[in-house]
Amino acid sequence: MTHTIVPAKVYVGVWAVLIALTFTTVAVSKLELGEYNFIAAMTIAVAKATLVVMFFMHLKQSSSMVRLFVVAGLFWLAIMFVFVLSDYLSRGWQPIGQWW
Amino acid sequence: MNITFEQPKIKESPNYLNIRYGWRSWLLTTDHKRIALLYLFSITAFFMIGGAFAVGMRLNLTSPNGLLFSPETYNKLFTMHGIIMIFFFLIPSIPAVLGNFLIPLMIGARDLAFPRINLLSWYLYIIGGIVAVAAVASGGVDTGWTFYAPFSTTYSNTHVIMTAVAVFVAGFSSILTGLNFIVTIHKMRAPGMTWFRLPLFVWSHYATSIIQVLGTPVVAITIVLLGLERLFHAGIFDPKLGGDPILFQHLFWFYSHPAVYIMILPGMGVISELVTCFSHKTVFGYGFVAFSSVAIAVLSFLVWGHHLFVSGQSMYAGLIFSLLSFMVAVPSAIKVFNWTATMYRGSISYDTPMLYAFGFIGLFTIGGLTGLFLATVAIDVHVTDTYFVVAHFHYTMVGGMVMAYLGGIHFWFPKITGRMYPEGWARFAALVVFVGFNLTFFPQFILGYLGMPRRYATYAPEFQSLNVLSSAGASILGVGYLIPMIYLAWAWNRGPRAPANPWGAKGLEWEKSPSPPPTFNFDEMPVVTENAYNYGAAPGATEAHG
Repeated sequence: MTHTIVPAKVYVGVWAVLIALTFTTVAVSKLELGEYNFIAAMTIAVAKATLVVMFFMHLKQSSSMVRLFVVAGLFWLAIMFVFVLSDYLSRGWQPIGQWW
Repeated sequence: MNITFEQPKIKESPNYLNIRYGWRSWLLTTDHKRIALLYLFSITAFFMIGGAFAVGMRLNLTSPNGLLFSPETYNKLFTMHGIIMIFFFLIPSIPAVLGNFLIPLMIGARDLAFPRINLLSWYLYIIGGIVAVAAVASGGVDTGWTFYAPFSTTYSNTHVIMTAVAVFVAGFSSILTGLNFIVTIHKMRAPGMTWFRLPLFVWSHYATSIIQVLGTPVVAITIVLLGLERLFHAGIFDPKLGGDPILFQHLFWFYSHPAVYIMILPGMGVISELVTCFSHKTVFGYGFVAFSSVAIAVLSFLVWGHHLFVSGQSMYAGLIFSLLSFMVAVPSAIKVFNWTATMYRGSISYDTPMLYAFGFIGLFTIGGLTGLFLATVAIDVHVTDTYFVVAHFHYTMVGGMVMAYLGGIHFWFPKITGRMYPEGWARFAALVVFVGFNLTFFPQFILGYLGMPRRYATYAPEFQSLNVLSSAGASILGVGYLIPMIYLAWAWNRGPRAPANPWGAKGLEWEKSPSPPPTFNFDEMPVVTENAYNYGAAPGATEAHG
């Protein structure tokens, strides 16, 4: 098994970007963007998580099998959200009237 | 003149049991076979603790007014019975004992991929178990094993947090075992052991491991949220604090329904091995049986909402969950049909493991088909939280999983210990378990259909005769479980020596490794040149059984 050695400056660079994104999150939260505040915060959070997974957790250098397992984990998370929301979003729906 | 004969002593060849002695050689071992035995003894202890709670419940229910216990104590009895049996017996039973012992042997590996993590998972299990027992000793918990909020987060004044910590810690044991199996099966197969030559036991454990790794973290997080609300009133599940109690049920069952398949899939793997071996015939539709395990694992994550049909979940979500729940029946039925087709025109021998396999197929079919009743929204409304549900899941968990576990323990007992057990006693015990089980749980289907709710210490007088029948059956079932414990303990020390392959079975663990196996399983690296269950080519199989 071979390991690619990542130079320290890559880690420092990623760390700097993560810190910058944290400040961006705080800055965006001060703006009045309505529902876009939430969307902006989540987008930044996803970007940060992606950086951590790709560089600190070495997914960038990993085999396609490891990447497949990561995608499977995210897919399963999506299953949980979609099905829980299928309950929450349809709770207020009115029953269809008699159609026959 | 008296002549005394001394029995010649044959020095046993070195194996994993006699290579080292002393408690350190066990508690610090990284040998998957020894860790499997650590699990075997610990889960047996928890089975007896969980069984003791069941004895208390069944005794209490012999009288409509409750024979022995107050309703508060009864609540704790069924809660602790559920928690101990599910988290500390059923979930680790086949994977952690038989899976641990057999997966490296079956795929031709020296050990699991991460032997130290394997030992760590046993320690986590024991720590969780000790915390659970401490919770019992300090007064118990009364929420039911489901920990439903807001009762668990706000109102119960029993040891919810301590019990939740126990389940949380044991969950990590389960995750680590699953992770170990996945990596081992991917990376450590012997030359020639392709995916489609893997024994079906390995396929079913692979599917189980996927559920363990993907599902268990969710229940861990749910338990953390429960703790946050109970300790710091975080307002996640309790409506008074702005939370939603149905969210707890979603998160809990997102893990706990797939957990049902963590319990049953390894059992199905055992049955596939037993049916082929004792029919002396290759399995019918290998690919279908293998992929049905994976299909069950995937579908198991899409059906949890059938536990929420009457809890306030949207009716439309309920309809979708109902449809998806029906779909799980398809891969389950594929397995049952394939086992039956494997037996068709086979040369069946009625050894003890096969008797348990017969029991499994019949009882699991009843358990599975009554699951379809419960997946039907209209019927579920009628029988929710009744003894019908209790009977249904005991038919799958006890009639299915425990039967498979006992069948597996008997089948691989010669491999594990190097000894044979007394066949007559074993067949008798299998019969007693089957009769006792049905006497215990079949009346509960009727009780539930007639409307007797579960989790009550008292009941209407007209239900007494069926309840007494159920309690009588439970005592027979208890005897059925005690008999194997006694003769297996005896046979371990005194039983006749077992040959390497007493059943004439196929598979690396039988054909390439002695009984008991050496520490690193094989004297030389096995090379696989044929498909699994190639019974047609088994030398001697036709002479012995033809």
